[in-house]
Amino acid sequence: MRREPPQTVGDYAPLLFPAAMLTIFFVVPFGTMIAVSFFQRQQGGFYTPAFVFDNYGRFLSAFFGSVLGFSLMMAVAVAICCVVLALPFTYMLTRMARSVQVVWLVALLSVLSLSEVIIGFAWSTLFSRTAGITNILVALGLMGEAKALTPSFAAVLTGMVYQAFPYTVLVLFPALVRLDPTLTEAARTLGASPLKAFFTVVVPALRNTIVATLIMVFIFALGSYLLPQLLGRPQHWTLSVLITDQAIYQSNMPFAAAMAVFLVLVTLGLVALTVIAGRKGEAA
Amino acid sequence: MNITSIKRRTLLGAGLAGASMLAMPAVLRAQDKSLKVGVYGGYFKDSFDKNIFPDFTKATGIAIESVAEPTGEAWLVQLEQAARAGQAPADVSMMSQVAMLKGQATELWTPLDMSKIKNGSHLLDRFVNKYPDGRVAGIGAVSWYITLVTNTDVYKEAPTSWTAFWDPANADKLGLLALVSNSFLLEVTAKTFMGGTNALDTEEGILKAFEKLAEVKPNVRLWYRDEAQFEQALKSGEIPMGQYYHDVTGLAAADGHPVRSTFPKEGGIQDSGCWALSRASQKSEEAHIFIDYMCQPSIQATLSRKVGTSPTVKRESTDLTDKEFAAVSSDIEPIIPRYDLYQTKSDWLNQKWTELIVG
Repeated sequence: MRREPPQTVGDYAPLLFPAAMLTIFFVVPFGTMIAVSFFQRQQGGFYTPAFVFDNYGRFLSAFFGSVLGFSLMMAVAVAICCVVLALPFTYMLTRMARSVQVVWLVALLSVLSLSEVIIGFAWSTLFSRTAGITNILVALGLMGEAKALTPSFAAVLTGMVYQAFPYTVLVLFPALVRLDPTLTEAARTLGASPLKAFFTVVVPALRNTIVATLIMVFIFALGSYLLPQLLGRPQHWTLSVLITDQAIYQSNMPFAAAMAVFLVLVTLGLVALTVIAGRKGEAA
Repeated sequence: MNITSIKRRTLLGAGLAGASMLAMPAVLRAQDKSLKVGVYGGYFKDSFDKNIFPDFTKATGIAIESVAEPTGEAWLVQLEQAARAGQAPADVSMMSQVAMLKGQATELWTPLDMSKIKNGSHLLDRFVNKYPDGRVAGIGAVSWYITLVTNTDVYKEAPTSWTAFWDPANADKLGLLALVSNSFLLEVTAKTFMGGTNALDTEEGILKAFEKLAEVKPNVRLWYRDEAQFEQALKSGEIPMGQYYHDVTGLAAADGHPVRSTFPKEGGIQDSGCWALSRASQKSEEAHIFIDYMCQPSIQATLSRKVGTSPTVKRESTDLTDKEFAAVSSDIEPIIPRYDLYQTKSDWLNQKWTELIVG
């Protein structure tokens, strides 16, 4: 089958609907947000249309810098954990019988149906002192006394990895299924161990997929604002938590918008850097 | 085949139009006398729908359409935006004090005519919100207390003072509200250690209160925005001490959970909700009747018994027994939040507060 490039204007017609949706539901709201981020905040009131840089000025401080840094670090950590866990898992999954694959995929998809609130509450119960998993360890004689594992950085990380893991598997799955099995077979005949074949053949062959997955999970994790609140201490709150505070609880829309715009710009910048670095690596 | 289906659809459409024509007069008649009232969604709205609104409709013939409003200032933002477009998502809304003041700044609330609210004479003075020029912006609907709560399994003896929050023995055991404008912990600090909330008059005083409050940080396990999160942890003993709503804690204790609410000797924090009328509402007449009805001492007593709120009218005017009154309130002078600060210094306070707990 050969794909023809579009010849006439009519051939572009199927694109109109998604383009319109994207404009209405993404471009317009995002434009509004950028506009609001330059508005004048009225303390004790709302905001008035204006063109001021105060909102960005307030953001440029050591305090918000460190919160932004933490949010980015957290999202990177989640992305790496997810890919490190999901890549071998998905690879083994693709080597299993079709029926086993279906069971696993349905189970993973069902995790996606859980809301962030339910995931957060479930993990905070599992990590609690009174009803958590440490009680099992105590019963087994492995621990002296039950203790709380939340709030902590590890708890937030666990919750967020759990939430992003199904997406990671679903993104990696098609690429791994399509991976030519003769590649690893050739490596094995030439004397590589299964582990060595995985790292020297499978991983490099999937380089682009892995980078794309890392970026996707990174962006997904960056928007998380409930899990850090439910499972972390205030120092584990991400920038998204502070944006919510400003928008909903302080009715300071201009400042919330400025923070959100900043977050989007930093994210886009990082993604662009990754892509450029990837291209250079390919050229070399 | 096609033709039949079109016909069927047309017929269906005509039928619907006909049915709605027939139903129209009833709708119109109902709309003649109706009022949209915004109350906090969840437990509050359910209680009002069950215990208060049906009786009001029976007494006055005005149908109530209750609207679940979100807490925080999200509802204020919605009312304000809608009023700019001449719309009122609710005619009368229950608003927190901070939201009342912010709405006053933009003249969002229609001034109330006290001559139409005869029962207003029963109100305590502090529950009548006024514009700077004396016009009445809103009237106290209910008030509630935030008190010192403990798990009875973990703390056999009830604590008696807010100083328990500062006790090093309570390390990692507290659950406190996460926002400066709903925890009112600055006021608690000022009342407990600095001789009263007047200490917050100056920025120096506020900074001193922040400094004292910073000492609490190692004791705090959870800074909560979501009430359910803390309530659950308090019941199980996971987080055995903190600040929480007196009414809900009382209900939980009545259900057999090992929790108690204590009025510390420095006083509980008293917060309240006001009835306020949006300037975009066309139902001023009905709204006055509604607010007047809600100010009756007997209705305030019903609210105390059924919803667990504290009356906004003078206690003598109600028929609450000592026991009933003690269940929803206390004779200890309450800590009244410095609402003025959250209007004039809100951004500065918010910034300092966030730096305090996040930093």
